[in-house]
Amino acid sequence: MKVAVDEEKCCGAGQCVLLAPEVFDQRDEDGVVILLDEQPSENLHGSVREAADVCPAAAIEVSEDA
Amino acid sequence: MSEPSSVLVVGASAAGLATVESLRRGGYRGTVTVVGEEEHAPYDRPPLSKQVLSGNWESERSRLRTESALVETGAEFVLADPAVRLEPAERAVHTASGRTLRAEAVVLATGLRPKRLPGTDVAGVHVLRTLDDSLRLRAELSRARNVVVVGDGVLGSEIAATARGMASDVTLVGSQAAPMADQLGPRVAGMLGELHTERGVRLRPRTGVEAVQADHGRVTGVRLETGETLPAAAVVVAIGAAPATDWLAESGLRLDDGVVCDSRCRAAAGIYAVGDVARWHHEGLDRSMRLENRTNATEQARAVAANLLGADRPYAPVPHFWTDQFDAKIQVHGVPHAESEVTVVEGDPAERRFLARYTTRGTPVAVLGWNRPKQVRTRRQEVVETFSVPALEPN
Repeated sequence: MKVAVDEEKCCGAGQCVLLAPEVFDQRDEDGVVILLDEQPSENLHGSVREAADVCPAAAIEVSEDA
Repeated sequence: MSEPSSVLVVGASAAGLATVESLRRGGYRGTVTVVGEEEHAPYDRPPLSKQVLSGNWESERSRLRTESALVETGAEFVLADPAVRLEPAERAVHTASGRTLRAEAVVLATGLRPKRLPGTDVAGVHVLRTLDDSLRLRAELSRARNVVVVGDGVLGSEIAATARGMASDVTLVGSQAAPMADQLGPRVAGMLGELHTERGVRLRPRTGVEAVQADHGRVTGVRLETGETLPAAAVVVAIGAAPATDWLAESGLRLDDGVVCDSRCRAAAGIYAVGDVARWHHEGLDRSMRLENRTNATEQARAVAANLLGADRPYAPVPHFWTDQFDAKIQVHGVPHAESEVTVVEGDPAERRFLARYTTRGTPVAVLGWNRPKQVRTRRQEVVETFSVPALEPN
């Protein structure tokens, strides 16, 4: 799995951090997403997909084949 | 209810799309059909009053999913064909073009329709709900010298802030004491009003509109109840919206400012509602609730998808919304009351970076961050208990 984030789209809601704190964090100053792990281990795939689904700005892209 | 063999989602916006994706994520392999009123593939609404309206984003950027991601859902999208009637017993939906779609379960996600002011059917008067609305308004704002925004809720306030970057003269007229006073309480709304004033938006709080003035079918100004007349080349009416339930009038479903649902977001056997249109029973608060925000669209859709797959769980979220106006990013977890006591718990309002806690009769009801998006999330925990369903019986 490969994860990408769009910082410009990110609205700073932080839903991704609530779901997958191992993979996502937020910048202190403006709350924009920080991608901690571009290729998270398999046990995190479920929560990362969930984070991509619930992101209210559709700012997380997950590609499965990478 | 056992898993339905087919699901029909009425409404192709955020809540409808999230329903489809959550069903698939939950392992659902049945037939899924989505019917939508607009011709556009599902797109996101929050940018319509900000990045799309200002022109910073091309409209394509507001798309929620790429074409291939939509195809991957395996759902059939029937677009540009509004639903006009529902037969609940048959779970049949009739559309404007004459289609009849049937499924074992139906999810209603038709959203809202903006309210309009009477007598404003003239050129230059706008509402903002759809992508097309936003593009029309954008074209006009880039030409207009003076703009009047009527309505000081979240949408009107955001439009005023965005318009200020495009037109030279912007006035925000509203019924409240300060912009978003109902959502933020008087203290924080007062600060938002100060920000608008500082950035050059003229505020006319606690002011009603008497009439929109027009010449040769084209708006020229807005006459206020105070007697003042504001010249206007463009007027935006953002006085709220009503659940889009007109098409359900003869369905027999209970409608009361939304589709009335139980705590599972179920309106009738095999019929659910999600997003802006859904009024459901929040078991944690023990009251009926309807939310008009982006986060709820997704969260409620997930809850309904799970219930369609047999979860039988109440939907009892901690509501969350955000608004971006000028350089202020305001985020709220919970539901502030106008009469809540507001305590600044971190930072300094004078510096416009702070966290506030809202307490009503000793109960924390909301936390708000002003340019503190990360920190407010970590404080969300403080209000979780207020919204959680009491664990009375083992389940």
